[in-house]
Amino acid sequence: MISASAVGKRYPEGLEALRDVSFEITAGEMVFITGHSGAGKSTLFRLLAAIERPTSGSIVVNGQNLSALRRSAIPYLRRNFGLIFQDQKLLFDRSVLDNVLLPLAIVGLPAREAVRRARAALDKVGLLDREKAHPIALSGGEQQRLAIARAVVNRPAILLADEPSANLDPESAAAILEIFHAFHQVGVTVVIATHDPQWLARFSPRVLRLERGQLLGDAA
Amino acid sequence: MSVFFAQHVAALRQALRRLFAAPLNTFLSLLVIGIALALPSAGWVALDNLRDIAGSTSGVQQVSIFMALDASKKDVSEVEARLREAKPGNWRFVAKDDALKRLQESEGMAEIITSLPKNPLPDAFIVEPADTRPEALEQLAKTFSGWSKVAHVQLDSAWVKRFDAFLRIGKLTVTLLAGLFAAALVAVTFNTIRLQILAQAAEIEVAKLIGATDAFIRRPFHYFGALQGALGGLFAALLVGAGGRLLAAPVGELVALYGGSFVLRGLSPDGIAVLALIGAALGWLGAQLSVSIHLRRVG
Repeated sequence: MISASAVGKRYPEGLEALRDVSFEITAGEMVFITGHSGAGKSTLFRLLAAIERPTSGSIVVNGQNLSALRRSAIPYLRRNFGLIFQDQKLLFDRSVLDNVLLPLAIVGLPAREAVRRARAALDKVGLLDREKAHPIALSGGEQQRLAIARAVVNRPAILLADEPSANLDPESAAAILEIFHAFHQVGVTVVIATHDPQWLARFSPRVLRLERGQLLGDAA
Repeated sequence: MSVFFAQHVAALRQALRRLFAAPLNTFLSLLVIGIALALPSAGWVALDNLRDIAGSTSGVQQVSIFMALDASKKDVSEVEARLREAKPGNWRFVAKDDALKRLQESEGMAEIITSLPKNPLPDAFIVEPADTRPEALEQLAKTFSGWSKVAHVQLDSAWVKRFDAFLRIGKLTVTLLAGLFAAALVAVTFNTIRLQILAQAAEIEVAKLIGATDAFIRRPFHYFGALQGALGGLFAALLVGAGGRLLAAPVGELVALYGGSFVLRGLSPDGIAVLALIGAALGWLGAQLSVSIHLRRVG
């Protein structure tokens, strides 16, 4: 499903964020990418989501080589992903429900069906009773769950999350982890970049360990 | 196909929402666009009306042949014979005594004329040519001037030609004006859309990240620009219509003073539609320019 071979990323300023990173993730796997801050987790996240392109090596997602992808093809690739950003990127000028409706509007789902699906997604993350609220009124954990609802409402094959437990108390983080696990169990490929040790202990999943831009370990 | 349609409807709705979300801004934009479109269209309407006036007063083209004051009866009959031969169209002879009598009948002229020592008027022929093309008239006038004892040939179409030239200049001016104001409209839309893009930078960024195509992001802005332009066009039609109503009475009186009858014509329904369409097209263009420049900087 996702295959990285000899991926390198060097920024124009000369910083080498990733060097010679190779791994395979098969469909339905749940994989954690760990490492200290600055180890390259977020860079890898951005490369996998085709937000940036690698400077060397190649990443293939669903049979598509991201480096060779035309710019106009990127939106359609992105629709395979549920992306959860470190800063969440929620829209604070609209309701919780409208936030979740955005991905469905993008693919042009009819309004009635879209609302039904958005409510289902909100239900999965336990926010159904907050659909009319604005994100600013939500707690940190609730905002993160809203971000997840928006990511999964399109029923993506791959969930990609960048530090989803950052700034969350342990209980909220645990609740978030349960949600990811539930998606993994229904067959969604889940890739989470995190440095939260609590998460690694909970499920003993496969872990890709990055340090200074290099893959140090790949262990289940 | 239905997805395509639904997305356009959604974009249109979003554009409408944005128009109504900031009523004051929208009103000011419409005012600017309306005025920008109203000035050239008012000019166009004015030219249209002037053409009407010209048409109604110069329905009959005439060429007047004035004989020399010392022309004898024989000279006059010679010209008459030549006219009969040339067959330029209808013509009639106005004897100098008849002309004087007619002039005396005019109010206020009788006294002046009786005080004159002798008849100052010449014999004249008034020709209504069959062929009224300007070139043909010129040719006729030239021929007439060549005849003996013909003192002066007056082509009554001369003023029509001058008027035509004036209209052409007017048209050119209005066209130039329209070009300038069209640019202004594009600029207004460009800036409005730029501000919207800045205000919605977060939404645009997120939408791009989660799989929105460029077309999806541009669509509401295009609709907004086109809608604003179209509404501005209608507003312009309203301004022109109101101006026309205000002017109709005084212009009617003025024309009546010159013995004419004239109805000031406003914009036709077609004209209003064209104005709205032009506004929409220019608005779309402004939005397109703005979007293509500013979207790259967002997301």
